[in-house]
Amino acid sequence: MTAPGLDPVDRRLLAASQGGLPLCPQPYHDLAGRLGLAPEDVMARFRRLLASGVIRRIGAVPNHYALGWRANGMSVWDVDDRRIGDLGPKVGALAFVTHCYRRPRRPPLWPYNLFAMVHGRTRAEVDRQVLEIARLLGDASRAHDVLLSTRILKKTGLRLT
Amino acid sequence: MDDIDRRLVNALQGGFPIAERPFAEVGAMLGLDEQEVIARLQTLLDDRTLSRFGPMIDVDRLGGGLTLAAMAVPDERFDEVADIVNGFDEVAHNYQRTHALNMWFVIATEDPAEVERTIRRIERATGLEVLNLPKLEEYFLELKLSA
Repeated sequence: MTAPGLDPVDRRLLAASQGGLPLCPQPYHDLAGRLGLAPEDVMARFRRLLASGVIRRIGAVPNHYALGWRANGMSVWDVDDRRIGDLGPKVGALAFVTHCYRRPRRPPLWPYNLFAMVHGRTRAEVDRQVLEIARLLGDASRAHDVLLSTRILKKTGLRLT
Repeated sequence: MDDIDRRLVNALQGGFPIAERPFAEVGAMLGLDEQEVIARLQTLLDDRTLSRFGPMIDVDRLGGGLTLAAMAVPDERFDEVADIVNGFDEVAHNYQRTHALNMWFVIATEDPAEVERTIRRIERATGLEVLNLPKLEEYFLELKLSA
């Protein structure tokens, strides 16, 4: 399966680096050597992929738990459809919210349409954050819940094959 | 993890340089030499303080498919079902959460049509219903957490 619009060489580059950049003094040169490309070409391609947003960033992905962020909550809200467009970005702008999305409701099992991920060192910290979101949403939110993550079962990211 | 590790993790979340000697550049910012940056990073990956170090691909920009899915898994089947779900390459993340819907996973595929097919395959393999909750709008995404 090939992604539409992705240059085949870019694709090989992403496939070779998605598991991680080589930990050596010249990681881009190392990748270039493995792929039979010039190091300048590899660096130019990474710059273009970053500029176009195909790569969000190159960096470290922390394990929240290992960094001491032991309380990781997915707060979910049933927000008035007429007001979610205004309120969603405000919730997303709160410093402690790391992801914020609108998603479909699936009644009756799932009545919530706004998802905001919050992270604290303790459960009490998460509770305070949720309270702050509740105050911001006010009567636009009819109900909410907080789903704490109790175990990371898998964390790999997209796999290009 | 010591203070130097914390500063390194914070610095590396922000964006790794694209340069001839990127680890040396990171080191220069932190007052570390290149080899120490590499050695500390290797340790942080080995002890799982970091789950990954490298490019983070935006599946949407790639034209791929992405969704959040949830399942209500009976407790006595939880580990068995987790193994089945994790066995799918299309499942990028999977978390256990405190709710009747107790398994939440992200499906990421190069071909958007594969999302729906993957959901059907997971339903057949587990005998459980999968709730598909694709993103309708993104209000914010920021993965940085201070160490």
